[in-house]
Amino acid sequence: MDNHPPVAPLDPALAVHTVGLVKRYGQVMALDGFDLSVRRGTVHGLLGPNGAGKTTAVRVLTTLTEADAGAAQIAGADLGSDRLEVRRRIGLAGQYAAVDEVLTGRQNLELFGRLFHLGRPRARTRATELLEQFALTDAADKGVGAYSGGMRRRLDLAASMILAPQVMFLDEPTTGLDPRGRAEVWEAVRALVGQGTTVLLTTQYLDEADQLADRITVIDQGRQIADGTPAELKRAVGGAQIEVTVADPAQLDAAEAACAAVSTLSPLVDRPRRRVVVPVEEQLGSLAAVAARLAEAGVAVEDVGLRRPTLDEVFLRLTGHRTDEEPELEEATR
Amino acid sequence: MTTDLQPLRRSTAYWAVADAWSMVWRQLLYYVRQPTTILWQLGFPIVSVLLFVYVFGSAMDIGGGADYTAFAMPGMFAMTMAFGFMNTAYAVVLDKEKGVTDRFRSMPMAPSAVVSGRGFGDLLGAALDLLVIAAIALVIGWRSQGSLWETLYAFGLLLLLRFALIWIGIYLGLGVKNTETAGNLFAVAFPFAMISSVFTPPSMMPGWLGFLATWNPVSATATAIRELFGNPVAVGSSWPEQNAQLLAVLWPVLITAVFLPLAVRRYQRLSR
Ligand SMILES: Nc1ncnc2c1ncn2[C@@H]1O[C@H](COP(=O)(O)OP(=O)(O)OP(=O)(O)O)[C@@H](O)[C@H]1O
Ligand SMILES: [Mg+2]
Repeated sequence: MDNHPPVAPLDPALAVHTVGLVKRYGQVMALDGFDLSVRRGTVHGLLGPNGAGKTTAVRVLTTLTEADAGAAQIAGADLGSDRLEVRRRIGLAGQYAAVDEVLTGRQNLELFGRLFHLGRPRARTRATELLEQFALTDAADKGVGAYSGGMRRRLDLAASMILAPQVMFLDEPTTGLDPRGRAEVWEAVRALVGQGTTVLLTTQYLDEADQLADRITVIDQGRQIADGTPAELKRAVGGAQIEVTVADPAQLDAAEAACAAVSTLSPLVDRPRRRVVVPVEEQLGSLAAVAARLAEAGVAVEDVGLRRPTLDEVFLRLTGHRTDEEPELEEATR
Repeated sequence: MTTDLQPLRRSTAYWAVADAWSMVWRQLLYYVRQPTTILWQLGFPIVSVLLFVYVFGSAMDIGGGADYTAFAMPGMFAMTMAFGFMNTAYAVVLDKEKGVTDRFRSMPMAPSAVVSGRGFGDLLGAALDLLVIAAIALVIGWRSQGSLWETLYAFGLLLLLRFALIWIGIYLGLGVKNTETAGNLFAVAFPFAMISSVFTPPSMMPGWLGFLATWNPVSATATAIRELFGNPVAVGSSWPEQNAQLLAVLWPVLITAVFLPLAVRRYQRLSR
């Protein structure tokens, strides 16, 4: 990376700014000219299917992996020339809690505090403080081996925040946790943002991105393919749509015709679910028109309504595949 | 935020030492948290020496009417050091597998401390191993006939061997995928420790095996400390057996010179 001059000027006002990052593993382009801009003080979601390059991006930005080309700045520190300064400004919590299982929670935090160069006394007080903040005080002097998954993840988050980093990287922070564990982590993330930390979070869960992220970057095959607020992304994919579910499958064609008449785009027919879906622009008027045509054609309707696409659908349209693909399930319904 | 979170400003050299010490402190905590680990780690050398001394011992004749127990105990010391690199390798893979190594690598600590801390921590651990195993040997009836200095020098040679093998341990530990595959390293450790003068004089082995055994670094250390302890030596006339004192220093220095840089390089290459 050091051999390449910056491809474009980097903006030090951004929390994270990358231009044209490339990382090759043999034949695989894990990152293929990846661009990312993360504003300070926001939660930024990095969303993409399996193997899209999310983890690779996080590893490159946290100095664990060297990129083959491209430039990046984290909180104003240059990734190519000043890795130590980058490390002073970031926190990282990976997909698996990277804490020492033999030591106690307190000993873990004290060890990392010392390695963050706080000195022993401050490492101790900081450990106590963080244990309190993450509701681990009761388990502080137990071995981490006896912690639950959620507790481990919270300890991992605490260890990543010892220096109150300017930018926090979270790679799938809730994967493998039960709903309670997820809620605990979400709360911790919100608390972080409350302290002014910028959070870059990768996730497989769209509802998580929807809940937490101010902005979302969609990555596929190592490239950015979309970027915006959750609402913008949903709008970009086609705003509202009308959904009609019929009682009798034989009337699907009639329903399709009714829908086709109100939109410039052609409707999608989902036969197993006896459903017709069509994107529309003029919302209420279209709904009234469809209802009138359905009544005219004598179609027995089970349900008709106006809906916004979910992030899941946004994702599907953008990448051509779902985030957590369940081919067997789809096959079975057909 | 109640605590001031400004990191201390000190020289790079200061942090190289202070961070390495923090890593050693972590390893010392392991002994406090899991005092029984040391017995598990020493289980193999202890059990095998008991087997050799009490089960095969009566059938063992190393020549000259020498006492087999007095011959085998220094062998056990050397073997404990030889197997020690398995502990190093295992600890290194475990840290890598659990992501702890990556956490260290993403922190603004001295990068050298991950490797040097492991080295010095394991050396301290090895000294503790030796203490336990020497106590067991004393109970069985082993004695050093050498002077205090000769005895201390002998233990120094043992630690020197272990020190050299730490770098092989780190090198191999960083090279294997996970703790499961690390178990396969036993297939390397076993012949390395056994095809040596640890339990039987090489002169009693078939030609080629005996040749390997005489040149094995473990043999050099075993023979050298037997001489220093004044225990039965049972060496042949081959050059390596006659120059065990020299080789007991030369081998570890050579191994360190080769594998220390290799281990450091492999650590740096984790970022590829
Ligand atoms: N160390 C590596 N060696 C070889 N190939 C790798 C390595 N790391 C990642 N890859 C490949 O690079 C691509 C991107 O992987 P990456 O782990 O970044 O994806 P991801 O978006 O995090 O996926 P997931 O959702 O499964 O975590 C994949 O094709 C992967 O197989
Ligand atoms: Mg990943």
